[in-house]
Amino acid sequence: MPTILTIADVERVAALAQLELTDEEKQLFTKQLADILAYAEQVQAIDTSGVPATAHVHAAQRREREDVPQPSLPVEDALANAPDADREAGLFRVPRVIGG
Amino acid sequence: MNLLDATVRSIRDGVAAGQLSAVDVVRACLDRIAAVNPALNAFNLVDAERALSRAQTVDRRRAEGSTLGPLAGVPIALKDNINVRGMRTTASSRILERFVPAYDATVVRHLENAGAIIVGKTNCDEFAMGSSTENSAFGPVRNPWALDRIPGGSSGGSAAAVASRCVPLALGSDTGGSIRQPAAFCGVVGLKPTYGRVSRYGLLAFASSLDQIGPFARTVADAALVLSALSGADPCDATTADESVPDFTRALTGDVKGVRVGVPRAFVSLGVDEDVREAFEGALDTLRSAGATLVDVELPHAQYAIPVYYLVCTAEASSNLARYDGVKYGYRATAAKHQSLKDMYSRSRDEGFGPEVKRRIMLGTYVLSAGYYDAFYLKALQVRTLLRRDYDQAFERADVIAMPTTPTPPFRLGEKTGDPLQMYLADVFTVSANLAGLPGISVPCGFSPDGLPIGFQLMGRMFDEATVLRVADAYEGSTDWHLRNPS
Repeated sequence: MPTILTIADVERVAALAQLELTDEEKQLFTKQLADILAYAEQVQAIDTSGVPATAHVHAAQRREREDVPQPSLPVEDALANAPDADREAGLFRVPRVIGG
Repeated sequence: MNLLDATVRSIRDGVAAGQLSAVDVVRACLDRIAAVNPALNAFNLVDAERALSRAQTVDRRRAEGSTLGPLAGVPIALKDNINVRGMRTTASSRILERFVPAYDATVVRHLENAGAIIVGKTNCDEFAMGSSTENSAFGPVRNPWALDRIPGGSSGGSAAAVASRCVPLALGSDTGGSIRQPAAFCGVVGLKPTYGRVSRYGLLAFASSLDQIGPFARTVADAALVLSALSGADPCDATTADESVPDFTRALTGDVKGVRVGVPRAFVSLGVDEDVREAFEGALDTLRSAGATLVDVELPHAQYAIPVYYLVCTAEASSNLARYDGVKYGYRATAAKHQSLKDMYSRSRDEGFGPEVKRRIMLGTYVLSAGYYDAFYLKALQVRTLLRRDYDQAFERADVIAMPTTPTPPFRLGEKTGDPLQMYLADVFTVSANLAGLPGISVPCGFSPDGLPIGFQLMGRMFDEATVLRVADAYEGSTDWHLRNPS
């Protein structure tokens, strides 16, 4: 089943990915992503019935620790790179999301 | 001794014996960087003051008779996606242009405990996504052997810095070949350790099941020396393995008699440039003359490694890069009046990320989205299992597997930037080590008629870097490719 990609598909994916693309980018990505997906489709011809997925090569290994609180990044350090922060209150500032 | 040509070991020994001062070594590197970096653009940042102050500490400790670490006084450059507390990390992206990390990566702690001196951060493809270092927001890096050629990527700045004698050692990260491929293109040694050998804590995540930090060096012995310092389990990275960490330099016996070198002939025959093929065959002859046995191996699924890799790495990237939202750190689009939070996210990301990063986030989001997950992402993970099985079977017949590192010598700047798929194909021989989690090294094995470096790759069983390094070192000992310098 060949992948057909439309501008609408690209807009849908961009919305999922929280990317506001320009019209030019939408045009370019529609073509380029279709090319890449068409190439990637060759994997679909491989018989993988009964083959488990490898999401991770050490998936069998689990490293766990006791659930004991440990020191974490001080608030001051965590806010140091914020584009907009109320450092006194110890908060990141974002555009209003409620009311207004 | 010419400080710029000195190996890591000779610097370390010279500093420890008081024959060399760490300050002089660091000064020589800083002078070299100042001389060649304007042409190469290999460094995003050089912190001379910090480096010289650390070098003074090493010299003072030696004068006081303190025991020095295994990398005492050795200058090193880090790819600009590895965090050093207080030193800017940009990942060569506009979105992180002003990001100053609040903590050290585990590898940074290991290096500084061993006495190494970090001189700066190297240019790379944005978020390590690329094969030529042309995807940097701060301009491309140029190949020290030919300034009109790319140095490879994504760790092109680290490779160029070592090749141009700016530093004897550099770290890169390798998700699909980003250490080995630029090492081959720049005529230096590049090692990707087994997945889980080296902590990823403090490495900016691109594709977490594939990313691994490793060294660039001018000799295999130097790569072995630094690998021992970098390795080990880390409570901050749950994917690090509890494997014991040997002194890898002890594996370098120079003897490869009876070692079985597997050659996947059918896979290698797919589209390799004639100069690369010749250099690779020459490397195999050298290994055979040294006493190794060449055996044929089959990797029937290796031809699918590129599509599998680009489906897996983009899926993981789309998730990992969701954190760049203009809130906690990084670039935020200038607020339009009454803009919503959602608008702020999407505008910051569109303005902050470059085209290749956006392309990969888009592709990864697509293959994970409803209706396409099974056909693309899940399918890729199943073929990843088949590829791992190919390697398991091949390693029953062979102790290491040899192949070219790249299908061609380094290409020209701009040659592949218009066609992402062509750029992806440059990684055909390197991505499978990441998908299977195996260690791999690229070693210089010749030059094209116009003087461009060519490398070949040795891959090993999981956690068997010792054999990979032993064979690579024995090969290097029978050749002098690694002794040539770019003009």
